[in-house]
Amino acid sequence: MTATTAREDVAVPARKTGFRTLVGNLARDPWAVAAATTIVVFVLAAILADAITAITGVDPYTYNQHLLDGRGQPIGWGGGISATHWFGVEPLTGRDLFAIVVYGARTSLFIGISATLLAVLIGTVVGITSGYFGGWYDRITSRAVDVMFGFPTLVFLIALMAIIPADLPRPPFIALVIGVFGWPGISRIVRGQTLALRERNFVVASKAMGARSWRIVLGQVLPNVGATIVVVASVIIPGMIAAEAALSFLGVGVTPPTPSWGRTIGEAILWVRTSPMYLIFPGAALFLITLAFNVFGDSLRDALDPRTARR
Amino acid sequence: MRDEGRAETVLTVSRLRIAFATQNASAGPPAPAVDDVSFALGRGRVLALVGESGSGKSATAMSILGLLPPSAEVSGSVRLEEEELLTASAARWRRVRGGRIGTIFQEPMSAFTPAYRIGWQIAEAIRAHHPRMSRADVRARTRELLGSVGLRDPDRVGRSFPHELSGGQLQRAMIAMAISCEPVALIADEPTTALDVTVQAGILELLRSLRATRGTAILLITHDMGVVADLADDVVVMRQGAVVETGPVDRIFAAPEADYTRELLASVPRLSTLRTAPVVPRAEAVVDADGLAAEVRDAVIAYGGRGLRGGVTAVSGVSFRIPRGRTFGLVGESGSGKSTLGRAFAGLLPLRAGTIEVDGIDLATASGSSMRAMRRSLGYVFQDPASSINPRSLVGDAITEPLRLHTRQSAGERRARAAELLDAVRLPAATIDRFPHELSGGQRQRVAIARAIALRPTLLIADEPTSALDVSVQARVLELLAELQRELGFACLFISHDLAVVKELADEVAVMRLGEIVEQGASETVLSAPEHDYTRRLLAAAPVADPAAQHERRRQWLALGAEAPETAA
Repeated sequence: MTATTAREDVAVPARKTGFRTLVGNLARDPWAVAAATTIVVFVLAAILADAITAITGVDPYTYNQHLLDGRGQPIGWGGGISATHWFGVEPLTGRDLFAIVVYGARTSLFIGISATLLAVLIGTVVGITSGYFGGWYDRITSRAVDVMFGFPTLVFLIALMAIIPADLPRPPFIALVIGVFGWPGISRIVRGQTLALRERNFVVASKAMGARSWRIVLGQVLPNVGATIVVVASVIIPGMIAAEAALSFLGVGVTPPTPSWGRTIGEAILWVRTSPMYLIFPGAALFLITLAFNVFGDSLRDALDPRTARR
Repeated sequence: MRDEGRAETVLTVSRLRIAFATQNASAGPPAPAVDDVSFALGRGRVLALVGESGSGKSATAMSILGLLPPSAEVSGSVRLEEEELLTASAARWRRVRGGRIGTIFQEPMSAFTPAYRIGWQIAEAIRAHHPRMSRADVRARTRELLGSVGLRDPDRVGRSFPHELSGGQLQRAMIAMAISCEPVALIADEPTTALDVTVQAGILELLRSLRATRGTAILLITHDMGVVADLADDVVVMRQGAVVETGPVDRIFAAPEADYTRELLASVPRLSTLRTAPVVPRAEAVVDADGLAAEVRDAVIAYGGRGLRGGVTAVSGVSFRIPRGRTFGLVGESGSGKSTLGRAFAGLLPLRAGTIEVDGIDLATASGSSMRAMRRSLGYVFQDPASSINPRSLVGDAITEPLRLHTRQSAGERRARAAELLDAVRLPAATIDRFPHELSGGQRQRVAIARAIALRPTLLIADEPTSALDVSVQARVLELLAELQRELGFACLFISHDLAVVKELADEVAVMRLGEIVEQGASETVLSAPEHDYTRRLLAAAPVADPAAQHERRRQWLALGAEAPETAA
């Protein structure tokens, strides 16, 4: 018996889990590092838009007709790239394109992230409660999710944006609408996980110990779907950003002159033959941030999956 | 190993070494999972590879089949009838697998493809090695094979899908598949671990007859010393990748040389010799109501259905009482309703009829608040410690969850109590800040026990608390439970399929079958001189870790009629 005694009582293994390990795992993945860097750069640019544009003294609203030739084309190489105007200027108006892209990041990220938060919040609450409590409540919410999935969301959004009062602040409203239409997917994922977790012994154990339902949901179920929620959130952010861009592209999103990638891209399409850089800069920004969020979400999923993390 | 000279050697493993490469380069060269293992398997012999989890016995078996993951580095030699396998080509190895070496897996339920009929799957195994065989021949051969493994109605089994058959029937079909190409050797990887004892006895009997009639060599991988005693001729004891001891089965059991073997044998709980003659039962001591921790009267529990009818009745008309401070064993095979009853005691399942009283509170009529009060006096230990503790909560938090639910103690007080509890279950103090997955199975079960006793319960329900653990760990966990019970004086409802474990722990025992109690009484009486036929069969089927005694039990089991187990559901 002595040998087994010694074996079972040896000190438990050193702590190697938690947030630090997660960061360590992500740091070892070059794609994750690149994606995270890109996201940080964009977020910083959006937050510090005023300070950054102040360096060269530009803003996204001032017209600079002196930088344009007679046909409204920017003068100079690459759409008028210069020390002051890093991305050149807009055709026809001469507004600084760099400032437009940077302030556009503010709009895009604000709408993308707040819409995601809203969608995740609604989706998690609905998914976790319908999965845990089941019964008629689950049947009703699940049918609601089915309806939301079948709903022609884009058409409805365009119609909705066309009729809302003009004095309503646009960006928060867009975030609200996109978020409200974005939760069904999350709800379905969370509900499925909750259904599986509900049968697990530690949930049953908690019930047997006399825990109330809300405590089980918050204390036992939520932490276990948390990883999934984080991953799903990072994967749907680009979808939300793209949704805003799409609405603005179609002319029913953010109203001028508020800078928005989607609207700028929409306008730049008309100038693509004569001033291609006008399309390329905001397009590249949208592409980069979308890709970065997607790649980061993927890496996060790998890092959070215990089966890959523990190897 | 030397005495195998009398039988022709079929499979020789020598100086086998397996190491798994890890991604973590800083850890240096990987520790070998199997280190310098050698043994030889003779025709018509059964060689048992015995060891606890992590001893490398399964890795050894997989290396013989060439089924190790690519990250494994294998060196040494595996020779099948003088042909080296480790350096063989992929095509050659495909012919060996299934053709020369048959394999029986642990979980018959998951070893078959659910989408195809059993007969088709066996026929496919035949066609893989005999592509030119005619369709009619394959069909005839499949039928013959299914008949040869003791299946009553081979045609019906062949037409069935895996989910339509019982575990015992599937394992027999799996054996039919394994012998379909007349292999010289069979690898049986824990062939009966997932099965009930009565079914297990039948499967072991079948393997024994295969060895006798076909001269097949069997490499038996198991952790169960009872199975070893029942079937094996030679034993290789492994521990942490190395061979501890090798020898013929009688010698290993009668005079083990290595300390570890002795320890392993000492950990196996024992059943006393079976007396089949019924004895007059003692009058049960009358317990007054105050001395009762729990009582169940005429309980009926059913799943599914609505209202008062329909559904599947899992427990019907069960009554017993558990006095304070005593252990009540509930024994039965899978599907007997014993776990269902355990859950009902915790108020997790509604009763369809009858009553359950725990600590004077009737669960059937209890209000929400008295139900909570009842749960305060109840501890629950589950079978699988891996899933009964929230993987996202620290051990300290998991243990003190009952305190958070039922007391107003501060975080500091709770942490102090957690430290006390860890000490009570003999875990190092550092465990408090660990996550469950950082602990071993035995340690996790100790955590689960600590959580169950946190509020000093009146009744502890232990649902197969040790069946997921290694035998030496099991012995220590059972010891701990008994010690804690002496200290804290809780009553214990101990649910298990393992008669020997129940016998060691329980004062009283009830044997369940198909939702009903067939026999009940003092554990000494019931488990050594059973009255009911079913209890007798159950006892006779349970193998004991002693070849001579097991031989005797087997004779008794066969004499009892051994009602062919595969016919039972």
